[in-house]
Parts: sequence; C-alpha cells; structure tokens
Amino acid sequence: MTANHDATNVELVQLVTPAGERTHDAASEPYRARAAALGTQEIRAFYRDMTLVRRFDTEATSLQRQGELGLWPQCLGQEAAQVGSGRALAPQDVVFPSYREHGVAHTRGMDLAQILQLFRGVDHGGWDPAEHNFHLYTLVIGSHTLHATGYAMGVQRDGLVGTGDPARDTAVVTYFGDGATSQGDVNEALVFAAVNQAPLVLFCQNNQWAISEPNSRQFRVPVARRGEGFGVPGVRVDGNDVLASWAVAQEALERARSGGGPTLVEAYTYRMGAHTTSDDPTRYRSRAEEQYWRDRDPLTRIEALLKAEDGWDETWARDLADEADALGEHVRTACRAMPAPAAASMFEHVYATDNAVVEADRAWFADYEQNFEEAR
Amino acid sequence: MTTTHPPTAQATGTRTLTLAKAINLGLRQALADDDKTLLMGEDIGPLGGVFRVTDGLQAEFGEQRVVDTPLAESGIVGTAIGLALRGYRPVCEIQFDGFVFPAFDQITTQLAKMHYRSRGKLTLPVVIRIPYGGGIGAIEHHSESPEALFAHTPGLRVVTCANPADAYWMIQDAIASPDPVLFFEPKGRYWDKAEVDLDHRPGAAQGTLDRAVVVRPGTDLTLVAYGPTVHTALAVAQSAAEEGRSIEVIDLRSISPLDTATVVESVRRTGRCVVVHEAPTYFGAGAEVAARVTEECFYSLEAPVLRVGGFHTPYPVSKIEHDYLPGLDRVLDAVDRAFGF
Repeated sequence: MTANHDATNVELVQLVTPAGERTHDAASEPYRARAAALGTQEIRAFYRDMTLVRRFDTEATSLQRQGELGLWPQCLGQEAAQVGSGRALAPQDVVFPSYREHGVAHTRGMDLAQILQLFRGVDHGGWDPAEHNFHLYTLVIGSHTLHATGYAMGVQRDGLVGTGDPARDTAVVTYFGDGATSQGDVNEALVFAAVNQAPLVLFCQNNQWAISEPNSRQFRVPVARRGEGFGVPGVRVDGNDVLASWAVAQEALERARSGGGPTLVEAYTYRMGAHTTSDDPTRYRSRAEEQYWRDRDPLTRIEALLKAEDGWDETWARDLADEADALGEHVRTACRAMPAPAAASMFEHVYATDNAVVEADRAWFADYEQNFEEAR
Repeated sequence: MTTTHPPTAQATGTRTLTLAKAINLGLRQALADDDKTLLMGEDIGPLGGVFRVTDGLQAEFGEQRVVDTPLAESGIVGTAIGLALRGYRPVCEIQFDGFVFPAFDQITTQLAKMHYRSRGKLTLPVVIRIPYGGGIGAIEHHSESPEALFAHTPGLRVVTCANPADAYWMIQDAIASPDPVLFFEPKGRYWDKAEVDLDHRPGAAQGTLDRAVVVRPGTDLTLVAYGPTVHTALAVAQSAAEEGRSIEVIDLRSISPLDTATVVESVRRTGRCVVVHEAPTYFGAGAEVAARVTEECFYSLEAPVLRVGGFHTPYPVSKIEHDYLPGLDRVLDAVDRAFGF
C-alpha cells in the first residue's frame, strides 16, 4: 500500500486539506493568491459541479448494471481534478480527453447524456467536438495526446498564442492517466510539444491504478518529474483538492496561451471505483487503501470547507440535491430512449468521398435485406 | 509565427522531369495553392529529404510550412492528425517503407476511423508519402512494399504512381482529397524521366485516386500492375509481342479503392489475367484482384488468375533481391503458364 501513496521526491500542491482546512506551504505558495480570490459563490459552484458529475457517474453505473450500457468507466473520486482543471479553461481552449473525463465534459457545458451513446453501443462518438471544444473520447491509451499536440501546433500557426488578447489566446489541454505515461505516444507528445513550445497542458490524472497495475509497474520517477527531461515544467497537484487543481491548471493554461510552452500537470488522485464496470478491484487492492482515499474524498473536503467558512446553506444544499436528482432522471430517460441505428448506417461516413468498395458492399447488403422482405 | 515569403514563380510548360522532381513540383504547387498545406517529416528541410523530393521547398515556404520533425513516426502522423483537426492539410513523409510501422497505430486506428466515428463531423485530409519497393541495393527495412496492410483498413485511400506525369497530378489530387491518403512512391523509379505538361492535365490523369488506366492495349491477356511493376509489365508486353502475344497492361494506380470495373472489362475481352507486384503475393493486393476477377469474369476466363510477386519471406538481402522481385523473366513465365491452360 505504501508504494501507491508514496509521494517520493516531489512536492504536492495542496490548498485545502482533506479535513477542509486551508493550508499552504512552499509548494502551494505560488497558487495561494489565486485560490484566496475565490468567493463563496465560486467555491459553491465547484461543489455543485462535483455533485452533479458524481450523480451522473453513479447513474451511468446503475444504467450499466441494468443492462442499458455495455460498459461504464467511472470517474468516481476524480471529480476535483476534472472540475478544477475544466473550470480553468477559457471558452476558446480545446480539450482532448481520454475516456473518463465526464467531469471535464460537464464543465464544457455538454449534455452528459450524450456521452452514454458510446457506451450504449449506438455511436462511436456521440457529439460534435466543435460545439464545446471537447474532442471525442479516445479509447486507445495515449494516442490523443499527439492529436492535442498537433492541434496546438495549428493554434500557433493561426497566430493565437501570445497576442495578449485573453479572448483570442488559446490553449489546448489533453487528459490521460498514469498508465498512459508508459505509452510511446505520450512521450512523443512531450517531445513534439517541447521542441515546438506548443500551447499545451498535458494533464495526467494519476489515479494510482492502470486497471490492476499500480504506479510501481509504470515508472520509477514520479510523473511530475518526468517533464524535466523533455524540457517541460512539471507540477504535482492534489487532484482531490478542487481549488488547487483549478489554480495549478489555470497557471499552466496561462503559460500556454501566453507563448510560454507546455506544462505537465500530475493530478494526484484516486480511482475510487473500478476501472470499468467489467473490473473487479477486490482482486488487486486492499480495503485499507480504499478507506485511506475515502477519507480524502474531494466532495467531503469542500463541504467541510464551506461549512467552516460559513458558505454552507441547507436550502442551497437541498436545491442542489434536487438538481442532481433531476439530472439523474434526465440521463436515465435519455439513455433508454437512445435507439439502435439502422443497420445500413454502418456504410455511412467511412470516407468523406464516394468509395466504390463501400458502395458495392452497401448495395449488396441492401439487396440481401430486400430478399428477406420479399420472402415475407 | 507566420513567415512571409515572396510570391512563388509557378512552374509551367512541358518539361522533362524525373518522377522525384514531378512529385517535388506537385508538392510545390499544392503549397502555393493553399497556405493550409504543410509538409512534415524527417530531414525534409535543408536536406530536401533523403531522396531530395522536398528539395528547395523549405527555403521557399518557410520552416512553419515545411517542418523538420523529431525522429518519431507515430509523432509525425499523430500531430498531423491534430493539425488536420485544426484545419490544416499535412503531408507527412515517412523516410522509408520499413519505418512506417511505429505510425501504424495512428494511421489505422486513429486516422482511418475519425471521420467514421465522428459520423462525418471531422475530416482528415492527411497525406502520408512513403517511398517503397526494392531493387536499389538497400539494407534491411529499406525495400519493402506494405501497401496491402493499409488497403485492408477501411477509411484509408491507398494509391501509387508509376510515371512522372501521374506523380505530378496524383500528389496534388491526394492533397486535395478530404480523405486520408497513403501515397506510395516507387523509389526504384524515382529517376525515370518523362515529359510532363505542368499546365494541362491529360485525360489519363483524371480521377487518379479512383481509376486504373490501360497503359498498353492488348487482346490476349490482361497484365495488372502498379507502382514499380508497371515498368516491368510494359517490358513484358513488349517482349511477348515479339512472340505474337498481345498483352494489355493496366496500371491500377489506386489499390484502395480497387478499380475493379476497368480490370473486369479488360479480362472479359482477353480471358486471361496475371497480377504482378513486389509485395508478397500471400494475402496481397493481387489476391484481392484475383478473387474479384474470378467472381465477375468466371465464364470469360481461359485460365486461373495468376499472381507474381514477392515470396512469403522477409525481404531478402540485396545481393539476392533480384531473385525475390518479380522481374521480366518471372512475369513472362506466368504469362506462359496462363497461355498453357
């Protein structure tokens, strides 16, 4: 258990303790003023985001158990890292997520029910990436970090870095996990981002587990320190502290937009649920470890902070619970209403242009189907 | 970041060009036509690429548009995908055929599928240029023909040029295509010369990404080739003509999609078909041609469709590569066998 909790040789940026108390030290000092500027309303907004995301995630897990989804990757426990970094984004910033970034999708204003299409087996994507500057989920580990890097190189060529205009300067952020750091593509993304000084934030949620493999099977050097070898500044933030996650992401995004180049953020967090609904964590991790992290739940610490700072209000909390219930109802209804596409839709959009091979297959399939119609 | 350059003096007129220079001028034209077009690859800047195909282009269009990349093929294609998503038209150079495999995942899993999985919302106008084929006395990994691996992947177009005129037009067509294109360049024929009219596209250069072309008409046997083996096929047809056999030679140009109609129309007339390529015949492009011709020309065939190509071995050492490659004699042998049925 200690191997997973060992923050060897790297400082952790934390602004709120697990008990909900403000804290600071040398590592968090550069970020303290940012968080101090947040009022009760902003902190409540973070709490609201995390509550809604958790409710959505729980609802989706239930839908999988009821047979409505083929699979569900929970983001349970990672709400602070996702909401904090997502709320640091400017509207023009562009996100390249992995497949667990439901919390980031929420901060982009997406209808979270859209995400379920992929996991219900009715669509490989499910949304228009341009609508919320939120790219499609990528299932192959780490591949999308290169797409984000190339996209950021395009942003540079468009002249949208370092203009000084906050409405135009654009950053790109890509999300990936601790397991992904072993992939060649993630390392190549760091190389390309560094040599091009691309406006990119590489946001690693180190949730301690790559399915069943702990950090010790992925690296000997903490993720945050790996940036240095590429010439990319790295920082480890308490990914269960939404204020710290927000402040660290904000600083990294500002650096990217201003032309300061890429940053590697390691959000130190925990996958409280299973890898997916097909996984069984009881085979590889202890109850004691899970309890250690339950005591560091990102929601309870902000609840405690709000209560300590007189920001908690029972009416507001009840309204939020009602809002979460309404979201759950919406997601459940929307999911069950998602129809399977027509079989012939498999021939659509293979190419952007006419393709004789696809057309021949499509025609054959139509004839084949027609035979059954005629036999009736 | 944008660097300004003086207006480009366009290449015009009819010129005698090597195939390599024809691609160079096609790339130059594409860069001049659309400032979203970018070239990316290893050593393509001041060096002009190891085959000099991009010679002079960085000096003319700047480092932001002709980009020397880190030495990482997956990174080249992966970042090209990102640039395409941002509205650019990247043209990646893979230095040699055998070096494309680090990018195989990005090409087959990401590039080929993104249009499909976005239900048409995203288009990926990315070209991947790959010098391919053998016969140049190279060391290991520098002489391979991996086209079938990509043709087997839905979502990709796979094309190859066989002469300078096609090379000039095809590379521009590939760059203009909204679909990802694997553009295979027959490196053994880079220095073949021919006259190219840079201003007027000949009839044969229409539809280069979809259509095969009959490069020599004939009546007795259809010889299907592409890329480096078109030259061989034409020599075979010339040699067979001296023995009184009339061979029709088809240059496929596109491996995916296959222009089955042109091949079938020919075989129905000739009754015989031989397919020749440098890649191993086992599960190769020739197998697909043979299957489709057999299905559609069954009652016209005088002989089974025969294939000539590489063996089911890794590409051998260069001292014996001419025993591996489908040269004149081995193709003539297949022609003889086809007439023997």
